[in-house]
Amino acid sequence: MAVAAQARSIEEQRKWEGSLDELRGLVSERAMTGETMLLNMGPHHPSTHGVLRLLLELDGEEIVTCLPDIGFLHTGIEKSLEDKSYEKALPLTDRMDYLSPMSNNMAYSCAVEKLLDLDVPERGQIIRVICLELARCASHLVWLGTHAIDMGAMSVLLYAFRERERVLGMFEMLSGQRMMSSYIRPGGVWRDVPAEFLPTIKQFLKDFPAKVDDYEALLTQNPIWKDRAQGVGVVEPDVALAHGMTGPALRGSGVNWDLRKAQPYSGYETYDFNVPLGEHGDVYDRYLIRIQEFRESMKILNQAVARLETVKGPYRSENRKYVPPLRSELGQSMEAVIHHFKLWTYGYDAPDDEIYSAIESPRGEIGCYIHGTGANKPRRVHFKTPSFIHISALPVMSSGYLLADMVAIIGSVDIVLGDCDR
Amino acid sequence: MGVSSKLGNLGVVTTTVEQAVNWARTGAMWPLLFGLACCAIEYMSSQASSYDLSRFGMELNRATPRQADLLIVSGRLTRKMAPVVRQLYDQMAEPKWVISMGDCASCGGVYNNYAIVQGVDEIIPVDVYIAGCPPRPEQLLHGILTLHEKVKSERVADWA
Repeated sequence: MAVAAQARSIEEQRKWEGSLDELRGLVSERAMTGETMLLNMGPHHPSTHGVLRLLLELDGEEIVTCLPDIGFLHTGIEKSLEDKSYEKALPLTDRMDYLSPMSNNMAYSCAVEKLLDLDVPERGQIIRVICLELARCASHLVWLGTHAIDMGAMSVLLYAFRERERVLGMFEMLSGQRMMSSYIRPGGVWRDVPAEFLPTIKQFLKDFPAKVDDYEALLTQNPIWKDRAQGVGVVEPDVALAHGMTGPALRGSGVNWDLRKAQPYSGYETYDFNVPLGEHGDVYDRYLIRIQEFRESMKILNQAVARLETVKGPYRSENRKYVPPLRSELGQSMEAVIHHFKLWTYGYDAPDDEIYSAIESPRGEIGCYIHGTGANKPRRVHFKTPSFIHISALPVMSSGYLLADMVAIIGSVDIVLGDCDR
Repeated sequence: MGVSSKLGNLGVVTTTVEQAVNWARTGAMWPLLFGLACCAIEYMSSQASSYDLSRFGMELNRATPRQADLLIVSGRLTRKMAPVVRQLYDQMAEPKWVISMGDCASCGGVYNNYAIVQGVDEIIPVDVYIAGCPPRPEQLLHGILTLHEKVKSERVADWA
């Protein structure tokens, strides 16, 4: 009975479909007369990478325009953060961009550190770089598998997920969780790397480059792949910049903008790596860039792992007003107990100030804006997320191409709806 | 039993229609290709190389609800998405089952706020709940096997 009543009220709720008149001005006049066709794509569609709804206006098979409809995964994370102390808010940031939770943790932690003027010890920074680059690999592996499956190459997913499991295994080793690790925290990282981590990552670094070659052997020179990807979804550099695109989607158009180089954080300026750039700004270039980013990430990881072996010391800040003491200190120091109690009940006060801090996530610039109140909860937390911006650029990327290209374009900008809607 | 003991070693197995149908249903469930959020990624992991859901006859995801008989609600269900999920469920043909994967789908999880439906069972009946945020692929496999147990115990009298 209850379910039936619920179903009726849902029937009433289903008014969001709207009438044609509401779309006046958003679609061309030809759609009003029925000359062009309006087609709904999503929110349940295997290739929209989540719950994205696109209203496509089609002239035959050609896309005239597309209207993205977002919010199907709006979770109210930003609002929820306003009612949590800074430390307790961290696990919620995991769940925004769920393909690279480490990047979200990092963006949030960097912002809190900037607000508190908190320093991170060198070992903590190195562990962070390792986590971020592993997260980049894990995220790009999901992108590679799903992008390929969208375009008809079914087997790549199985290879990509085989390696992704190894990365997730390392995350589990570090944090105890495969995906939602909450490992990078304001002031450093949750704990030091366990003893078995170094041999595991070394073996991974040894194996992984050959696997990337395997992916390339499957796709890069594959004539079907090239036909589907080359010259599709072209974005000119100025258009990409005007839309605020970042990450591989922007670099595919040849714009050299990577926050790891442009505004280095966590010691990225001390690592030797290149920023791959595209020429044509099409789906194929964006694919090539992410493949090259695997190799660049390997370079960074190799350097970071070598440093991790030599650099010892604390892995999180010693500032006990903001960072909880070690468990081992609790049995010996009364002060540590007080700090521990204070930090895990009340948290800490942050200044009444506003800051913005951004990092380079696998998808692009993920920025975190925090406005403190002087007390233990923020007045406002806002995330500037790459997926949201890339979805706003979908209409300009897709108009003039065929309906089948839409799937390739969505895959090539690598959107995550949790990242977009939050 | 009676017949089989008389038939001897002829390679004949006797069973009931009930058991045979339930066995067939558990052996080839077709899940809907449908993901909401983070749990959908672990669902993909379960289907990919390391965990290989096809061992349980589930490698074939159907993108249309009309060909699917198992809905795995994987992730947080927002108020905007709820009518869509209900419609998908209504479009599935009987017999159909629902697995609520993860804390958010089961009870709202960490999000007790204006945007999230506090459990998918507010809008559709659920057979198996899986805890975890997100559940590991092993947990999903366990949930699916639990569902298999449930299906195996279904009675003819209950078939609509």
